[in-house]
Amino acid sequence: MPEHRLLLRTHLGVDFTKLDNYLKHGGFKMWPRALELGPAGVIAQVKASGLRGRGGAGFPTGTKWGFLPKDERPRYLVVNADEGEPGTFKDRYFLEEDPFRQLEGILLSAYATNAHICYIYIRGEYWNSKDVTEDAIAQLYSAGWLGKNIQGSGFDLEVYMHTGAGAYICGEETALIESIEGKPGMPRLKPPFPANWGVFGMPTVVNNTETLAAVPVILEMGGKAWADLGTPNNGGTKLVGVAGHVNKPGLFEVPMGTPIREIIYDLGGGVLGGADILAIIPGGSSCPFLTKDEIDIPFDFDGLKNVGSMLGTACITVIAEGSDLIKVMGRVAKFYQHESCGQCTPCRQGTGWLHAIVEKLDAGAADEQAIDLLIDACNGIDGNTICAHGEAAAWPIRSICEKFRPQLEAEIRARAAA
Amino acid sequence: MREAKMADSSANGLAFSPQTKARIAELLTRYPRKQGALIPVLWLAQEEFGWLKPAVLELVAAELQLSKASVLATAMFYTMLYKRPHGRFHVQICTNVACYLRGSDDLVATAVEVLGINPGETSEDGLFTLQQVQCLCACERAPTLQVNKTDYFDVTPNQFRALLEQLQTDGLRLGPSIGWPGADESTNPPDASTGTEASYA
Repeated sequence: MPEHRLLLRTHLGVDFTKLDNYLKHGGFKMWPRALELGPAGVIAQVKASGLRGRGGAGFPTGTKWGFLPKDERPRYLVVNADEGEPGTFKDRYFLEEDPFRQLEGILLSAYATNAHICYIYIRGEYWNSKDVTEDAIAQLYSAGWLGKNIQGSGFDLEVYMHTGAGAYICGEETALIESIEGKPGMPRLKPPFPANWGVFGMPTVVNNTETLAAVPVILEMGGKAWADLGTPNNGGTKLVGVAGHVNKPGLFEVPMGTPIREIIYDLGGGVLGGADILAIIPGGSSCPFLTKDEIDIPFDFDGLKNVGSMLGTACITVIAEGSDLIKVMGRVAKFYQHESCGQCTPCRQGTGWLHAIVEKLDAGAADEQAIDLLIDACNGIDGNTICAHGEAAAWPIRSICEKFRPQLEAEIRARAAA
Repeated sequence: MREAKMADSSANGLAFSPQTKARIAELLTRYPRKQGALIPVLWLAQEEFGWLKPAVLELVAAELQLSKASVLATAMFYTMLYKRPHGRFHVQICTNVACYLRGSDDLVATAVEVLGINPGETSEDGLFTLQQVQCLCACERAPTLQVNKTDYFDVTPNQFRALLEQLQTDGLRLGPSIGWPGADESTNPPDASTGTEASYA
């Protein structure tokens, strides 16, 4: 099992919330290197690395930076640390245990994109993350690593923490931007894209916490070396989580493309009680579920896409044989109903229908036809909304209905007999 | 005209402390538009007054020179901005998939039994608000829950029962709160309308 320790440094037992410790272990060593490369050189390294956004969408980071228009408007860097995808617990590691990794990535990325203001958007429930990050920002200001003329370089950067207040949808980048502007977190129609019309109508780059934390590593080892760690078009290592019915739930770092089976059995310690796998959610509950026959695929963006699912946040939830899939589906449906922002009818109404139908199934008040009704409702949502929340609600439910129909029918019969 | 009117209503018994005023002034330097500071200022208002009753929203609107409607729209959207008073202890149990698989429903049952209230309710003594919360994103340590600003991971029903009983004892000593942990209780006594929705009409 090729476990890596480029991003995840818990094994060192060092308190990386202290700037001194971070600096002692090579922290901010890439700042002089970035100055040497210049902004275009940094972007070239990130492009060469093939780094794809670690928030879930997997868009190439260097390409995203390249979309910034060449005009005189001030540019903003926005960090998406609104970790909220059910089943996910990876950005929390940086925010609570290695906050300067993200902040060094912010400095390098702001320099590369010529942004002088950065907002870090952390979800409201992350009290500890907010405290640690705010303290880390303060440490950097007093040491001259933020503010005006950073370390005598002539480069200025202000970093502000902006906290959410309990809305999953703000993890969607344009909803997050609305939220920074003080508005309800309702996603915007795109285009215009944030690169051209982002926060306060200015050119904006929105990057995930893990994406930014990878930037110093990429500069240190070189873009090509990072790309070579993973599979073609899926460069680098990735934080992966394993939770649910496993013996050793936890957070690990593996090269992109590591088979899911190895992650579950070698790192996650296998299924509780030696049971068989019923289903897995590959990267947060927005992702279509996989059967136990699909776990030998490479765990990367393209591998998951090829089986009709998504890498998402790469935090796996394992559901063991013997579990009640209708109840699991109920939790998923309830979540997306609760978190729909309400601006698009198919999502606002459709997520409510999904939840209501699953509740009826759970109560034993519906028969097998409800499965087709669910698929029909999912099809009515999919593709008909401003943002991906609609798909996030529809895809996992539809995947359960299509891939696990015999299991659902057995559960329906069992409820009818009870 | 509108701004002057709102300033009048905010003078109606409510004002930010000098410390909060200073923090708002600093927040305003971080955003090119005043509305950017709205959510941070609503957080500060909640810390100071316990919850965002209509008069507090009017005060925020006056402070940031925003329309009352835009302040209300934002406040209503976010679940962590309280539109009604909460108990001294806000107990939030995650019941999403990963925690469900690890037994979170047993924790909900434990809370209902010990506290005598259902999820979504506040106890009559104003000590506890119980809620099911969406994923807290610590799934490798499921089941998880939060009490006010503190996380609890890998919680068993017995541990949870002991925790709730300890909070009940603490609560008897401290009495009901004004809704938000750390709010200034010397100047903002508990609201009589605990557990009821305010009218924002």
